[in-house]
Amino acid sequence: LAPWIPVVGLEIHAQISSNSKLFSGSQVQFAAPPNSLVSFFDASLPGTLPVLNRRCVEAAVMTGLALNCSINKKSLFDRKHYFYADLPAGYQITQQRVPIAVNGSLSYSLCIDNKMSQMVTKTVRIKQIQLEQDSGKSLHDDTRSQTLVDLNRAGVGLMEVVMEPDMCCGEEAAAAVRELQLILQTLGSSQAIMAEGQLRVDANVSVHHPGEPYGVRTEVKNINSIRFLAKAIDYEIQRQIEELENGGTILNETRAFDSKLGFTVPMRDKEGKQDYRFMPEPNLPPLILYDTKSLPANMNHQQVINIDWIHERLPELPSVKREKLVEQYGILPEHSFTLLNEDGLAEFFESVVKQTQMKPKKVIGWILNDLLSYLKQHSLTVKESPVSTFLLADLLNLLENKEISSTAAKQVLAELWKGEGKTPLEIVKEQKLELLQDQKELEQICQAVIDGQENEVIIMVLG
Amino acid sequence: QKVSVEVLDHLEHLALVDFRDSEGVERLQKAIQFADQLHEVNTDGVEPMDSVLEDRWCLYLRDDDVTEGNCTKELMENAREKVEEYFVAPPGNIPLPKLEERETFLQGS
Repeated sequence: LAPWIPVVGLEIHAQISSNSKLFSGSQVQFAAPPNSLVSFFDASLPGTLPVLNRRCVEAAVMTGLALNCSINKKSLFDRKHYFYADLPAGYQITQQRVPIAVNGSLSYSLCIDNKMSQMVTKTVRIKQIQLEQDSGKSLHDDTRSQTLVDLNRAGVGLMEVVMEPDMCCGEEAAAAVRELQLILQTLGSSQAIMAEGQLRVDANVSVHHPGEPYGVRTEVKNINSIRFLAKAIDYEIQRQIEELENGGTILNETRAFDSKLGFTVPMRDKEGKQDYRFMPEPNLPPLILYDTKSLPANMNHQQVINIDWIHERLPELPSVKREKLVEQYGILPEHSFTLLNEDGLAEFFESVVKQTQMKPKKVIGWILNDLLSYLKQHSLTVKESPVSTFLLADLLNLLENKEISSTAAKQVLAELWKGEGKTPLEIVKEQKLELLQDQKELEQICQAVIDGQENEVIIMVLG
Repeated sequence: QKVSVEVLDHLEHLALVDFRDSEGVERLQKAIQFADQLHEVNTDGVEPMDSVLEDRWCLYLRDDDVTEGNCTKELMENAREKVEEYFVAPPGNIPLPKLEERETFLQGS
């Protein structure tokens, strides 16, 4: 049987972190009373007009720069038409012709063979980033055969990030999305919490034989976590391979991932190919962005967005932070990944290193093996840790000064987790875990043991 | 050049319009002919115009402040049906029946 090459592309919608919506002044907030965060424009009442939110544009520019994109100094808004109850206008304002950013790239890393010992770096091309409106929320009430519509989310700003089909499996897609999530959170352009719908991922999946053209692709939606993303993609790849090997065909359709059952099913309400009848948004002139060279002299600076100004103020990206950690502390690349993967862990590590004489290469073991596993076991975040950096550093100092053994240190740590406010030294004294340094005392103990085991000693000396 | 029945049917689906009778279809034909006059102008190498203001005006940018919303009661006055401050809609898009099954003028065409 000829080998199959799976091809995976992603369309990611990230909700922009802003106070108000993309084209109106109603508030952006998760979980508010239904239809309380809705302006007349959001409800698409006649006579209302879109007014672009500056913060949303800045968020998109930051994200484009962080993903190595070319920022289009002139981008355009379009209408994408389709009927659905949670889209009151009957169209979505998006950027179909000329989006705000194009041609970028994202580097991410994977462990080969599931061992944390070898990491490989991959790159996925970013086709474009576009600004667009989110739709409202539909709650399906099948028992009463109706849909309840909440427009709180309608009009919230989204950045759609389109990743080219450079990925080959669920693991790669998950790693790429995880890295994008970290970047967005570092920039602050989106909080990117998947569980709250701030980051939504649709996967485009197809398979083909080497040397042959790409196969028909399906779109997989309704994925709620990074773990399910990998599962859904791998399931869909398998499904397509089995279907084709059994002589079947793949339909160009949209499928939903059912996390309970673990497989993809065709989605209802998607009949055939949609004709969105794209047209320019007549109520919005082109969006013009500037850089230091093209900055107009006599314009109100509130009305001007300077790409260079934003570039200079970009925060340190995760990949740079990881490199610095490896270089500065001599830890392994895999360690730097784990440090950045947990909110606050890198800062915790650096703080402990500052407060202890123990070498960072040794400290990292205590952070990743002992501290992290404890936090995971008890579902705590780093911020909620009952053991502070001060206490841990104090303990590690005792170990470094050979006042206690490694085994004793683990015992003290177990006691510290209880959060009873005792210092490591107090616990050591309480449980008598001090290492004996006094030669005479050691000799006395050894002699006592030998004296107590006379018979065994005679046998040993004779034999 | 007449517009085919397939295209008319497609338009009825997309825009939920009803061409009603031959007069309606004729009006559409005339509108298309009128717009087709645009093709008489040679626009090779000319960038499409997005705005009469061309490059002179960039889009107005609003500050990111919360200035509206919080008018649930007013909005609900427009709802034919509501359930606890939610708008009520049918369970999904109700598909337009196929051409053969509709009582449309186009059937006879």
